[in-house]
Amino acid sequence: MSIAKHPAGERRLYMGNEAIARGALEAGVSVAAGYPGTPSSEIIETLAKAAKDADIYVEWSTNEKVAMEVAAAASFAGLRSLCIMKQNGVNVASDFLLHLAGSGTRGGMVLVPCDDPGALSSVNEGESRHFAKMVEVPLLEPADFQEAKDLTKWAFTLSEELRSLVFVRSVTRLSHASGTVVPGEIPAPRRDAKFTYNGFILDPMEGPVMSAPVTFKHGQQQEKLKRAEEIFEDSPFNTYAGPDNPELLVIATSACWLYAREALRMLNAEGKAGLLKLATTWPLPRKLVKKHLAAAGKVLVLEEVLPFTEENVKVLAQEAADEIGHKPILGKRDGHVPMTGELNPDLAADAVAKALGAQVPEVDPDYKTKAGQYAFFGAPNRDLTFCPGCPHRASFWSIHNTLAADGREGFVCGDIGCYSMAVLPSGFSTLKTLHSMGSGTGLASGFGKLGPFGLNQPVMSVCGDSTFFHAALPALVNAVHHQSDITMAVLDNSGTGMTGFQSHPGLPTDALGNEVPAIDIEAVCRSLGAEVRVTDPFDLEKTQQTLHELLETKKGVKVLILRQACALSPQRKGKKDFDMEVDAALCRGEDCGCNRLCTRIFRCPGLVWDATAGRARIDEVICAGCGVCASICPAGAIIKKPVSAQAA
Amino acid sequence: MLSKDPYNLIITGVGGQGNVLASRMLGNLMSAQGLSVTIGETFGASQRGGSVMSHLRISSEGAWSPQIPAGGADMVVALEPIEALRVLARYGNPKVKVLANSRSIYPVGVISGELAYPSLDDVKKWVAELSDRSWFIDATEAAMNLGSAIFGNVIMVGALAATKELPIHREAFGQAMEAAMGPEKAKKNLKAFDIGVEMVGG
Repeated sequence: MSIAKHPAGERRLYMGNEAIARGALEAGVSVAAGYPGTPSSEIIETLAKAAKDADIYVEWSTNEKVAMEVAAAASFAGLRSLCIMKQNGVNVASDFLLHLAGSGTRGGMVLVPCDDPGALSSVNEGESRHFAKMVEVPLLEPADFQEAKDLTKWAFTLSEELRSLVFVRSVTRLSHASGTVVPGEIPAPRRDAKFTYNGFILDPMEGPVMSAPVTFKHGQQQEKLKRAEEIFEDSPFNTYAGPDNPELLVIATSACWLYAREALRMLNAEGKAGLLKLATTWPLPRKLVKKHLAAAGKVLVLEEVLPFTEENVKVLAQEAADEIGHKPILGKRDGHVPMTGELNPDLAADAVAKALGAQVPEVDPDYKTKAGQYAFFGAPNRDLTFCPGCPHRASFWSIHNTLAADGREGFVCGDIGCYSMAVLPSGFSTLKTLHSMGSGTGLASGFGKLGPFGLNQPVMSVCGDSTFFHAALPALVNAVHHQSDITMAVLDNSGTGMTGFQSHPGLPTDALGNEVPAIDIEAVCRSLGAEVRVTDPFDLEKTQQTLHELLETKKGVKVLILRQACALSPQRKGKKDFDMEVDAALCRGEDCGCNRLCTRIFRCPGLVWDATAGRARIDEVICAGCGVCASICPAGAIIKKPVSAQAA
Repeated sequence: MLSKDPYNLIITGVGGQGNVLASRMLGNLMSAQGLSVTIGETFGASQRGGSVMSHLRISSEGAWSPQIPAGGADMVVALEPIEALRVLARYGNPKVKVLANSRSIYPVGVISGELAYPSLDDVKKWVAELSDRSWFIDATEAAMNLGSAIFGNVIMVGALAATKELPIHREAFGQAMEAAMGPEKAKKNLKAFDIGVEMVGG
């Protein structure tokens, strides 16, 4: 049953992202667009599954900027629209974002950026909140699951009242956590889309939509923020619990409110400390915050990651100093709360305890020491690694070995996806730079022009199929146009693997399951004038020969497309091409000159070293049957037998 | 209905073991009985061979922090044995109970020979020392006998039911399975559930 069919009033267990999706449906959203990125992806996935039932349009756009433009078009046509992305997606979308803030919106439009404090699944812990302040639009932050739904729904109303984009910022611990939610009613679908543009140039609802004349529109925007502040003063989403004159006022936003509440209970401090949950974090409802500051002894702000609300509260406290007197405001700037990483109930309790001069209850120290020792000796670390049967392991094996054999200290500029893990030993430490989407090829394009300055190393980049369209394409165009000498490997695994197989322009099916024209990466690269080769990464020999030839003999931009579906993709998951076996008679173990190449270097979780037998062994529960390891054993001891169609 | 409120359950394992599905299955079961459940978990990069953890807060009074405080676990369900040790180091306490699948999954560092994996006897001994009660069952082996390793987690849920720590009822489980996957598959899953119950001796 899709989420659109869940009856109103019946309590459910929703993931934060599902709650946000349901909130958008209850607001009568017509169009939703986004680009996949943890922890945001399930919002679009949930809406895509509900699209038929709810009669809405949902798409995975090429990148975040396009997603915001697609959603904005719906708003300009009077419909309600939602746009989602992970935190750094807002960077990508920010140019349009700035101008959209200036032009204003028509139908309610909500942007849900999902931040990842602690970078649990990111290579940054960037903040989207500052964008709301920077481009001057309102920002809301839900603190629990019910609120994730309710606040999302209300954000559309607010957006229409102000005719401005509204941010609803989530975090991993809300988006990917689950809790009880009571759904409400979903309105009937809209069929009255119309883009009106012939009105007076300054008419926000009937004229052309743009951010000019700039200072006039900018002034209007600031008026909208003032109006937002007035509305926020009475918002039921800002709540206070605690004594009238607390010794300590804790101001908490987002998931930190749950941490703060638990911390106060752990410390039994509910009589001394009050907890203000702020859901409308930009602009601050000044009167409300001032009232609470005035009543409190001192203040502690709990938020993730940077001191955003803390600084805004400090500005407010300074402006109101004559009325409220001096209030010590503790938080990140004074080191009271860590400035990086995510918070949790323990860090919240430490901060509250420090502020109150209280003690955090501790587990028996002997137990802690013993448990720490056993874990240290008994629980070896689990480094991230490619899945068994992952084509990336095979691709990087070939890239790494070909560059090593080439001997000119060639290197690879990395990009964003599962294959980012090739900075680690699991990918033979092949990647030497790692930044943002598409940056591998952009950097390679630059490195490839350093020949005249003495750089004579082969330059490579990698990117996935989804990343190719997202942001690598302009970099590739740049490299071709400027005749940069690079080899770009496109790791085409037929889907947005890292985030769970979302569609992208290279695939024949879209987010809604419709048949759509697939953009052929190979044809695109050829049409740009690149030298293009395609191989199956599981064929190590052919891949290495092809790459070697490209590196040795060709000038300009070369593209090697390594095409093999992800081991977790619906078409491959659970299906073995080969039954693998180590022939114990052929494996010479430690006596072989290979120095345990198969397990020490290749590191597939499905191929393990049996220390007792002194031989390699296949773990049949884990092995995905890709057959690649048969090609790496110099003794030919790893045997692959095709799985017959019948047996499969 | 609950021996403690909130009851703090941690399900731990290795990326790809179905941790998230198992926590969701349990969460839905508890939620269907009118309890408030908060589940905290991470997925994405951490799934790729790393340690994964789901925190379940089962309560009669609404949402809790999706992260359990240090030393706050009441029950640890480990889909892989050494993951129990890792969790106990941060969330354990003398009263905690542990249910573990005894089937090992080697970290890549162990496969490559850089790190050592302990003997199962040692793991059992240490876990016993760090818990009020512990159960080790070979759920993966039993699942393979049933036809596929994927039944392992359902066997673990059955085993958890047999510990009688949480109100997990066979009928409710069967109904949930039937609603989710139809009668045919539900029957097989119920069989797996029963195997788990037997393995703990319920």
